[in-house]
Amino acid sequence: MSRTVAARRYQVRTIWLALLYAAALLGAVYAFKHQLVGGPAAWVVAVLPALPIIGVFVAIGRYLADEQDEYLRMLMVRQTLWASGFALSAATLWGFLEAFDLVGHVEPYYVAVLWFGGLGLGNCANRLTGADAAL
Amino acid sequence: MINRLKVLRAERNWSQGDLAERLDVSRQSVNAIETGRYDPSLPLAFRIAELFELPIEAIFASPSKGDVA
Repeated sequence: MSRTVAARRYQVRTIWLALLYAAALLGAVYAFKHQLVGGPAAWVVAVLPALPIIGVFVAIGRYLADEQDEYLRMLMVRQTLWASGFALSAATLWGFLEAFDLVGHVEPYYVAVLWFGGLGLGNCANRLTGADAAL
Repeated sequence: MINRLKVLRAERNWSQGDLAERLDVSRQSVNAIETGRYDPSLPLAFRIAELFELPIEAIFASPSKGDVA
């Protein structure tokens, strides 16, 4: 399948963001493990790994804005709806289970992980309806 | 939406890729429109009609009437 210009840009952006995420996470873990940061700097270092993940959300938004092919854009919109529905539903269910002390605490950033998993579900849903993958 | 896109394309011996290139869309888009899985926007429907030099209703069936004019 030939990719559109917008899809290629999205792919390049997400590869860079993934590399930045790995570097930021490793750096932050190292810095905290060896107590290299404190005070306001600790806050900055702690949020560094979050920024590339937020960047992926921005990259998806940029893709939707840049994609000239309306059908591929629709497929991606459908994927993000699946992702949002899946992640928010799972987070809501877990939140109530946790509130009633039936399950342990899970860090909220796992919602982003669920959301990316939901993108995969959306991709499967697209394929089940006979569509090729948007990305 | 029922349409004659596949017939019109075949009459010109165009592949889905050829038509996609002429419309400046992906081959997946052409395939989805041909098989009725995706209804094109009005601007894209006009581009298709202009490419085949036909009125839109000669290519796409009216959802209320169900037949291509």
